[in-house]
Amino acid sequence: MALTETPAVPRRPATRPESARPRRKPRDGRVGYWLYLLPGAVLFLLVIGVPLGGTLYLSLTKWSGVGDPTFIGFDNYTRLFQDEVFWTSFKNTVAMIVAMVVVPTLLGLLLAAVLFDVIGRRFRPRTAAALRAAFYLPQVLPVVVAGIVWGWILRPDGAFNSLLDVIGLGALRHDWLGDPDTALPTVMAVMIWVQIGYPIVVFMAALQRVDPELYEAAEVDGANWWHRFRSITLPQIRPETFVVALTCTIAALKVFGPVFALTRGGPENATNVPSYFAYYTFFKKLQVGYGSAISTVLTLIIIVVAALFIWLQYRGERQNREV
Amino acid sequence: MAVTLVTDRAPRRKVGDRHHRGASRWIVLALVTLAALAMLVPFVFMLLNAFKSPGDYSSSGPLSWPSEFYTKGLTTYWTEVDFPLKFWNSLLISGSVAVLAVAVSLFNAYALGIGKVKGRLWIVGLFLLANMMPQEALIYPLYYAAKQIGLYNTQLSVIIIFTVVQSAFGTYLLASVLGTFPRSVLEAAALDGAGKWTVLRRVVFPNVRPTLAVLLIFFFIWTWNEFLIPLVMLIDNSTQTIPVALASLQGDRLMDAPTTNAGALISLVPAVLFFIIFQRTLSRGITAGAEK
Repeated sequence: MALTETPAVPRRPATRPESARPRRKPRDGRVGYWLYLLPGAVLFLLVIGVPLGGTLYLSLTKWSGVGDPTFIGFDNYTRLFQDEVFWTSFKNTVAMIVAMVVVPTLLGLLLAAVLFDVIGRRFRPRTAAALRAAFYLPQVLPVVVAGIVWGWILRPDGAFNSLLDVIGLGALRHDWLGDPDTALPTVMAVMIWVQIGYPIVVFMAALQRVDPELYEAAEVDGANWWHRFRSITLPQIRPETFVVALTCTIAALKVFGPVFALTRGGPENATNVPSYFAYYTFFKKLQVGYGSAISTVLTLIIIVVAALFIWLQYRGERQNREV
Repeated sequence: MAVTLVTDRAPRRKVGDRHHRGASRWIVLALVTLAALAMLVPFVFMLLNAFKSPGDYSSSGPLSWPSEFYTKGLTTYWTEVDFPLKFWNSLLISGSVAVLAVAVSLFNAYALGIGKVKGRLWIVGLFLLANMMPQEALIYPLYYAAKQIGLYNTQLSVIIIFTVVQSAFGTYLLASVLGTFPRSVLEAAALDGAGKWTVLRRVVFPNVRPTLAVLLIFFFIWTWNEFLIPLVMLIDNSTQTIPVALASLQGDRLMDAPTTNAGALISLVPAVLFFIIFQRTLSRGITAGAEK
């Protein structure tokens, strides 16, 4: 289609390859393409490369943001590994991975399969689409705004406690986000609500490319829903499961907005996470060097986790091919 | 949700399978619908209290039906934060980022996917890595530099930063899309004497326009919902975005429960509208992202 739009008159007839060797590229071949990479590369260097280098350097200094940074070597890192808040924040990250990766992926697989397979086919597809939209809605909202609404719902005088009263469970009334014992599980529950729509939508789209004949054949063979789920659905949408797990894990490691809106890392650091810890250290405690050290460690962890994921997928693919 | 699983478990034997499912499918539907409705409960709470007067709220609590259709919470929030201005800031930032980031992604991907420049795998890897980077690892130097060069508290600072952050993902995605672009088409265009710019504009661009549209929408919505960088960079009433404006009023005297809900409601409406408008393109796009 697009070919018809190419100009009939050659712009640079001199470099036009002879018909005798039509597959040869013009001489300036790849060099000219670098020009197209130039704006992106300059921007990338200025906005990501240089600041990243800056953070690395600052992590070796003591600085309040005013005057000159003092070089102190690895002192920030030794302090970091002895800092209880730091360990708490990473322990909470594991909780975030459970709430943002493990639970949504498992629930998402199940709900997507049910929506696609049972509701999409035994009822109208529109029913499945409407239900999917309800699950996906939290994903399109600014997560901070959703966090503020949840923060109000979970207040001691908020809607959740009133709801408990109404259904006769008034004895369970609680300051859900204010009690160090319940704050983390409560934040986790909110994160599941935020996250669940993403895997459902991705998995439902993935299921559309699975050959329906596979299911029909399995049904004829007498395989029940659970068998089909395990031996057709799961293996067929493995690539998408992998992408969802990777992107959600990265998101869980970086989570900031919901924690900011719900608890500001409190009470007593019960819900603190590395990114909020870094933000607080930078801008509230004005310890730029220490904040940079936290950010650097977080960056390293993310790189390691991403590399691990990609290595696992590569290995999985190779094994699949060998089988 | 394990319950759904059990109820749907069909009998082992083939005989009667269809009949059994006919009954149990309604139970499955009921359970999934119940779960979907539970997802919407927070929105019901919000709506119920956004139209309630503070007095009504304190006397009959968060679950009661509003005794009157009270809209002063909405108007208070609207005028106090100058919502139209916040909307314009969000629109300006997200719109500029979407367009600029798509352009930068396309140029990068043209060099990487079609130009196949040397070391392209490493370059694409670098972009992917940049996309995963926590923003905390960049924020302080960016904040400091913005202050030095006078871009602090300007929408432009946020636009530049997110153009790069979003195009890191766009480059990664588009480079693999363009990597599979049919060589024969490119060669035919080159035979006609088309230069690189003409090929990009007349051959590549029209072909990847649907993918670019999806990226445009993604970048727009992602930037719209961003929080940390706008929170740090935009401190002024005249530059803040919608989410930052609401968050910075959290705990303020003005924000009693009904006003908080009214503010949240106003802040959510644009996002929901975009979602409805773009829904078809989006559901196509999510798969495009997942397949790469």
